[in-house]
Amino acid sequence: MNIEEINHLAKLSGLELDPHQTKQVSKELENILNLVAELQSIDTTGVEPLFHPIALIEQLSQALRVDIVSEDNNRTNNMLSAPVSHKGLYLVPKVIE
Amino acid sequence: MNWHEKSLTELSNALSAKEISSVELTQYFLGRMARSKEFNAYLDVQEDFSLRDARAADQKIARGEAGPLTGIPIAHKDVFVTKDWKSTAASKMLENFLSPYDARVVELLGTNGAGMVCLGKTNMDEFAMGSSNENSAYGAALNPWNTSYVSGGSSGGSAVAVAAGLTPIATGTDTGGSIRQPAAFCGITGIKPTYGSVSRYGMIAYASSLDQAGPMGKSAKDCALILNAISGHDPRDSTSLRKGAMDYQGLIGKPWSTPGGLPLQDLRIGVPEEYFAQGLQEEVRNSVQEALKKFEELGATCIAVSLPKTKLSIPVYYVLAPAEASSNLSRYDGVRYGFRAKEYKDLNQMYERSRSEGFGAEVKRRILIGTYVLSQGYYDAYYLQAQKIRRIIAEDFQAAFTKCDVLMGPVAPQAAWKVGEKSKDPVEMYLEDIYTLSPNLAGLPAMSIPCGMSQQGLPIGLQIIGNYFSEAKMLQIADQFQQNSSWHQLAPTNSGVKK
Repeated sequence: MNIEEINHLAKLSGLELDPHQTKQVSKELENILNLVAELQSIDTTGVEPLFHPIALIEQLSQALRVDIVSEDNNRTNNMLSAPVSHKGLYLVPKVIE
Repeated sequence: MNWHEKSLTELSNALSAKEISSVELTQYFLGRMARSKEFNAYLDVQEDFSLRDARAADQKIARGEAGPLTGIPIAHKDVFVTKDWKSTAASKMLENFLSPYDARVVELLGTNGAGMVCLGKTNMDEFAMGSSNENSAYGAALNPWNTSYVSGGSSGGSAVAVAAGLTPIATGTDTGGSIRQPAAFCGITGIKPTYGSVSRYGMIAYASSLDQAGPMGKSAKDCALILNAISGHDPRDSTSLRKGAMDYQGLIGKPWSTPGGLPLQDLRIGVPEEYFAQGLQEEVRNSVQEALKKFEELGATCIAVSLPKTKLSIPVYYVLAPAEASSNLSRYDGVRYGFRAKEYKDLNQMYERSRSEGFGAEVKRRILIGTYVLSQGYYDAYYLQAQKIRRIIAEDFQAAFTKCDVLMGPVAPQAAWKVGEKSKDPVEMYLEDIYTLSPNLAGLPAMSIPCGMSQQGLPIGLQIIGNYFSEAKMLQIADQFQQNSSWHQLAPTNSGVKK
């Protein structure tokens, strides 16, 4: 993986890597990708993916609930751990210049 | 009285006989915790809240409303959110996070449920990613048998707390072995039930299709009691199975087949040859084989079986788990809760810096790998291919279960390793998970019970893997072994708890 690819991947991941980390991470990711490369050699023709393990033995259906309010307005408590807030609003840097 | 050596049933009997109150019992454990901080087992302790829970339990007992767990203390892995204790998942990202609600597991066991007393939150690998506890942002929980060795991961703090007598029992979670491997490393009993048995509501998510909570305690019997209290359908977890309550205790103490004969007469134990292949340390092999002999003495028959794709569980897991993690951890943006970087010039840089400074190295690695395998052009080759092989792995288990009732083998290729020994090379650490990953991929229940000691004096674990919803049988089998052996009764002689 070259530097450009790593930087693109970091961007997609919402992470910032400094040049030293980029080099280190590139080597580590390379090793991990070598570890998982074996998957490509397995013949999976006609095999369906198994997303939910219990689907192997039981027909599962999407869990749905009735569309009604199930929680009280808990604004103050929900905002207790906000890093920056003001009058019940989350503050972020200016989005539109 | 050495209350930390007592089983849950003994504690319950002592509480109802008024030999001790829940407040006294709680103070006893808080005292032991305060005298053994060098293990780093707990991340947050709030004595006032623990004692409040204990007083509520004592009132319940006085009113004659106590259940089998009322008044008994418990420790929760810091991956379960709690209103009164901080919930950090051992990450700097959630350093001061206070949850507005309790996780379903915490709620079911607490004052408004079974009436247990929370002693605090236990250390773990950051966001449950790791096999040694060294990925905790707050330092590793250390093995009470020898503090130069790792406790295992990711539920290392819970395993240490139980092994060192800093709680009667604890909760853990297991995504790829995170209950079983630390249980094995610290010489305790732990069980990961069938996927979907215990609600994931309020469990900080790592890899949602693999994550499952379970108890970690001193015996199979103790674990059965907790499992009875925490399992069951929860509409707030969309993957929670719509099943009625199961009785995990019902078979404890009963013989496997006909009464009067040997206790495990007719039990067929499948022994997967791949679990004894190259890479398994000799002393672990010997201990596991000794345990299998014990099972044969109790009437069981060992049958050789094959799980041909065992080795592939490592690449499959290390594609699927990071993929799900990269998606789950995208919620940490430094806006609604969690860490926010000090310096940034715009919104995007705020996101990136907050995440880069808030997450540890292993978490970032897994986010990057997960993002890679899900990205355009790679999705089919990695993610989809891994999900297909996952089905093959799950079908291999079903083929094995046509010949046997349970599978047994080692939990890990070796006993605990030295702190720092494997932390430099992530791949080397991943390879240690070889025997524990596939039950998660297949969603099967699996447990670890102590079955020996290494030459260094470190515990060795036996893994029992059952078919879907066979936990009661697994606990019955494990209990029969524990009734006829003493490995689970060993405790670190110098448990490090100061007098």
